[in-house]
Amino acid sequence: MEKYCEHCGEAGEHAACLRALRLEPPRFCARCRRRMVVQVTPRGWTARCAEHGTLTSA
Amino acid sequence: MTDILTIARQQVLEEGRGLDQAQALECLSLPDERLEELLALAHEVRMRWCGPEVEVEGIISVKTGGCPEDCHFCSQSGQFSSPVRAAWLDIPSLVEAARETAKTGATEFCIVAAVRGPDQRLMDQVKKGIEAINAEVEIQIACSLGMLTQEQVDALSSWGVHRYNHNLETARSHFPKVVTTHTWEERWDTLQMVREAGMEVCCGGLIGMGETLEQRAEFAAQLAELDPHEVPLNFLNPRPGTPFEEFPLVEGAEALKTIATFRLTLPRTILRYAGGRELTLGDLGTKDGLLGGINAMIVGNYLTTLGRNADKDLDLLTELQMPIKALSQTL
Repeated sequence: MEKYCEHCGEAGEHAACLRALRLEPPRFCARCRRRMVVQVTPRGWTARCAEHGTLTSA
Repeated sequence: MTDILTIARQQVLEEGRGLDQAQALECLSLPDERLEELLALAHEVRMRWCGPEVEVEGIISVKTGGCPEDCHFCSQSGQFSSPVRAAWLDIPSLVEAARETAKTGATEFCIVAAVRGPDQRLMDQVKKGIEAINAEVEIQIACSLGMLTQEQVDALSSWGVHRYNHNLETARSHFPKVVTTHTWEERWDTLQMVREAGMEVCCGGLIGMGETLEQRAEFAAQLAELDPHEVPLNFLNPRPGTPFEEFPLVEGAEALKTIATFRLTLPRTILRYAGGRELTLGDLGTKDGLLGGINAMIVGNYLTTLGRNADKDLDLLTELQMPIKALSQTL
């Protein structure tokens, strides 16, 4: 279940963060709030949470 | 007093001599009502001295975050509480990124690391990466690895790196308000070594870091003195956790005046759209900049943030009848 904002890491969803996520990859795991290891590539990104695995832009 | 655009038409368009600092300031200070006129002249200058081609580039971060420097705009500094975590890109992923970039028609692929300067481990990784890319992808390789020693300059040159990026970031007089862990002059020294080694110099900066119009003009003049092959122009995208996170975005009209003024100051330079244009200019402004002096762009994503869809940019170039510069033209 998703509890945290992927942009700022705080609880809930925020309009400004959702807007920012159009031009940014997620930085925080939505499930546990850990900062993720993010790699941006020319046409995509991956974001890895140590506990919950890897998200991709694809 | 003769109008600055009348002077620029003769001096820059006809004679190919860039504006000086005082003239650049006059252009930056023009009222918004004259923006269209300024952009039109900058476009004429670009077409006259550079031609219609647009150089397309992709960039990739091989070493993200954890940088010891304190560049106040950068989310990759280890000195700020930014959400960006350290990451290290493996060689197969680097080659794949180069391949993705080449598919867009890009002729340039820039390998970037968030470091003060490269250590031996990073140099080894870059060397392996260059070899692997050259074996599989037809593209020119550039690097941006911070400040270099003479040995490192020589090594990169011998590995076939054809262009090296190291931004002065802002005017010399403003630099101490942006970075305190090293000096503008240290960056200048690296750029001189790069040029002397025969690599092309890529040097630009960021607009919107609290500099005055006078300092923007100063920066344009300092870049003209350096005479780089390429100037990437970024607009501040305030990053969470950095000292500049609350800075406002540059207004679109101001950004376009800056683009046009830099073109008039640097008539023959490759002037590249880099980060922040999506927020500052949007779709319409992006087109205006391409018709106001810009003749190169980074397509796709940046180092830690995302760019416009590459296909949208390529469609725009088609619409504007601006051909992508072919690899054969860059060799």
